[in-house]
Amino acid sequence: MKYVDEFRDREKARALTLEITKVLDRIAAVRQQPLKIMEVCGGHTHSIFRYGIEALMPPTLELVHGPGCPVCVLPMGRIDDCLAIAEQPGVIFTTFGDAIRVPGSRQSLLQAKAEGLDIRMVYSPMDALALALAHPDREVVFFGLGFETTMPSTALTILAAAGDGVRNFSVFCNHITIVPTLKAILDSPALELDGFLGPGHVATVIGTQPFEFVARHYRRPIVVAGFEPLDVLQAIWMVLRQIEEGRAEVENQYARVVTPTGSRQALEAITSVYELRPFFEWRGLGSIDHSGVRIRPAYAAFDAEVKFAVPNAQIADPTACQCGEVLKGAIRPHECKVFGTSCTPEMPLGALMVSTEGACAASYHYGGARALGRGRLRVMR
Amino acid sequence: MIASPRKVRGARVTLAHGGGGKAMKDLIDDVFVRAFGAPGDAPLEDQARLALAGFTAIGDRLAFTTDAYVVDPLEFPGGDIGALAVYGTVNDLAVGGAVPLYLSCAVILEEGLEIDLIRRIARSMAEAARRAQVQIVTGDTKVVPRGACDKLFITTTGVGAIPSGRELGVGRARPGDVVIVNGWLGDHGAAILGARGDLRLDSPIESDSAPLHELVEVLLAAAPGTRCLRDATRGGVATVVNEIAGASGVAIELDEDRTPVRPEVRGFCEILGLDPLYLANEGKLVAVVPAAEADAAVAALAAHPLGAGAVAIGTVAEGRPGRVTMQTALGGHRIVDMLIGE
Repeated sequence: MKYVDEFRDREKARALTLEITKVLDRIAAVRQQPLKIMEVCGGHTHSIFRYGIEALMPPTLELVHGPGCPVCVLPMGRIDDCLAIAEQPGVIFTTFGDAIRVPGSRQSLLQAKAEGLDIRMVYSPMDALALALAHPDREVVFFGLGFETTMPSTALTILAAAGDGVRNFSVFCNHITIVPTLKAILDSPALELDGFLGPGHVATVIGTQPFEFVARHYRRPIVVAGFEPLDVLQAIWMVLRQIEEGRAEVENQYARVVTPTGSRQALEAITSVYELRPFFEWRGLGSIDHSGVRIRPAYAAFDAEVKFAVPNAQIADPTACQCGEVLKGAIRPHECKVFGTSCTPEMPLGALMVSTEGACAASYHYGGARALGRGRLRVMR
Repeated sequence: MIASPRKVRGARVTLAHGGGGKAMKDLIDDVFVRAFGAPGDAPLEDQARLALAGFTAIGDRLAFTTDAYVVDPLEFPGGDIGALAVYGTVNDLAVGGAVPLYLSCAVILEEGLEIDLIRRIARSMAEAARRAQVQIVTGDTKVVPRGACDKLFITTTGVGAIPSGRELGVGRARPGDVVIVNGWLGDHGAAILGARGDLRLDSPIESDSAPLHELVEVLLAAAPGTRCLRDATRGGVATVVNEIAGASGVAIELDEDRTPVRPEVRGFCEILGLDPLYLANEGKLVAVVPAAEADAAVAALAAHPLGAGAVAIGTVAEGRPGRVTMQTALGGHRIVDMLIGE
C-alpha cells in the first residue's frame, strides 16, 4: 500500500536497528545504566507494541511509555461528571469510543448506557453536531477529550454550531495540553529519562517550537516523531545520536507533516474558543497548573459546564493502582501490583488498562519484547 | 394440491401479522413458504419430519448447531442477513466435519418493516440454501412492536451428519502443525462497517459470505489428518487462533507477512485504526493440519473457488500454552490476544 509500506520496510528497519545498536554500544562503553527514552504520545506507544519494536531494541535501551494517551490520564471524577450530565432529562451524551469503557467511581459510560442512558459513540464532534441538528428536541453533549491533536476539531465544531445558531449542542470540555504535563514530568525529582520522542500529532498543530524548553531548560534531547515504525526507529536513532554527541536539541523527524510553527488555522481555532484553566486534575499525576483548557465565555452557550450542573467530582485514584508511577516511567506496566490480576482490559482498574494507547493495555495485548521471554507477566486466562 | 397462497396485504408489517390469524398465515405463505417451497403437497405441520435413513447413510453422528443473526444494515455489499443466517449455520456444521442437511428458521420482525424487504431476504435465504445444498424445513415468525427489536432478527438451527471416523477438535493441535486460512481476511467486518454509513467512507469492499461445506470436503480429502477447523467469524482469525492455542495447550506463531489482507481492507483498517486479524469473516476457515499434509491442504483449497487465496499463516509450537504471537512485518514480535469488548 502506497505511503504505508514504505514506512514499514523490514530491510530498512533492520538497517536502522543496526545503527541504533551501534550508537548504544558506543554510549554503553562510557556509561553503566541502560538509557531510558520516553515516548510522550500514546500513538507511539501503540506503534511500538503493534509492530514489535521493543523486540528489536537491545537491552541497553528502555522505552518508557509516557502520559500522552488522553483517556489514560482522565480521573474517575470526570467520568462521574459525564454521567451526571448524561442523566439530565433529554440529553444525548456523545463520546469517542475509547472513553466509553473508562471506569468512573460507580460505573463506566458503557455500563450506564446498558442501564438506559442515551450515550452514543461518535467518530468526530461534527457527528455529534449532526445529531443535535437531527434531534432539535434533545440536548446533545459532546465529551471533548484529547490533547492539541483533537482540540481544533472540537473548536471548529463549536464555531460551526455558533455560525448556524444551534441551541441544543454543547461540549463538556476536558481537553488538555501537553507542554505543562511534560514540564511536570521533567520536574519530577525521580526523573531518570535521557530523552524524548516528541508527539507528532500534537506538533502538527502546535509546531516544534513549544518543545524548545525541553532542550534548553532541562537539557534533554527531544525528537518529534511520526507514527510508522520506521519513523519511530529513526527518531530513536536521532535521540541517541544527540545523547552520544552531548547535544540537547529539538529535532523534527516528522518533517513531512510537522513545521516549526504548526498549523495557523488550527491554532486560531484553538485560541478563539478556549482559554487555559488555572489547573487540571490528571489521573496518576495529580493536579497540574495550566494543563487543561475550558471554553471561553464568548462561547458559553456551547459549554456543558455552564448549561448543566456539573458536580466536578473529586475522586481519588484507587490506592492499589500505580498508574502514576507507570506514567512517570518509574515502573514498567507489568511491575504494577495489580497488572493482569485485579486490573485487566476486561475489568480495568486504572485507565492505562483501558485505551489501546494506554501503556498497560498495550503491554497486556501485545506484550513487551522482554515480556515475551520473561517470567510472570501474562496471567493465564 | 394446496391453493396458491394469498397475497399478503399492505406494504408493511403490522402487529396483525403476528397475531396468529389470517394475516399471519398470509405473510408466512406468501413470503416464506413461497420462497422456501412447501414440502410436496403435504399441509404444514408443527414440526419437520426427517427420515433417519438420510442421516445414517452419511455418517454415525448428528451435528446440531444454532445461531442468532443480528446485523446492521440488513443488506450490505456481498450479502444480507438472510444469506448470512444460512451460510453461518451451514459453516458451523461444516467445520465440525458434518455434511449439512436441514435448517430451521425463526424470524422476529419489527412492526413497520417493509414487506418487500422481508421478501428479498426470504428469497436470499432460499437461494443460499440451494447453494449450500440444505433444506429449510421448519420455521417460525413473530412480530414485535416498533422498538422492541431492530428491524429483523433471524435464528437458524442446523442439523447434519458426520461421516464415521472424522474427528476434528479444537483441542487437537500439536506442535509442528501448520495453520492455514482459505483467503483474504476481514472482508465481512470491513464491508459491514463500511455499509453502516456513519463513517462516511466510500468503501468498495464486499462481504465474503459463502458456504464452506464443499471446501471442507475438499480439504479433508487432501489432508485427512486435519486436526481442527473453525470458521473465523466474530473476533476474526486472532480469536479463533487463541481458542485453538488455549484448548490444545500449545503456542501458535503467526507470520504477519503471510496473513492475506486485501489492500482495500488494509487501507480501511489503517484509517480506522483496526486490526484486520480481529475483523469478522463469513466465508473463511482456519485449519490446523499436520506439517506433512500442509502443502496438499493448501493446494487442494487453492484449487476451489472459495479457497483461491489459501495460505499457511503460522505454525503450532511448543511454548507457553495458549499464547499466540506474531512475527510482525517489521521483523519484531508481538502477542496476539483475544478481542476485548467490541
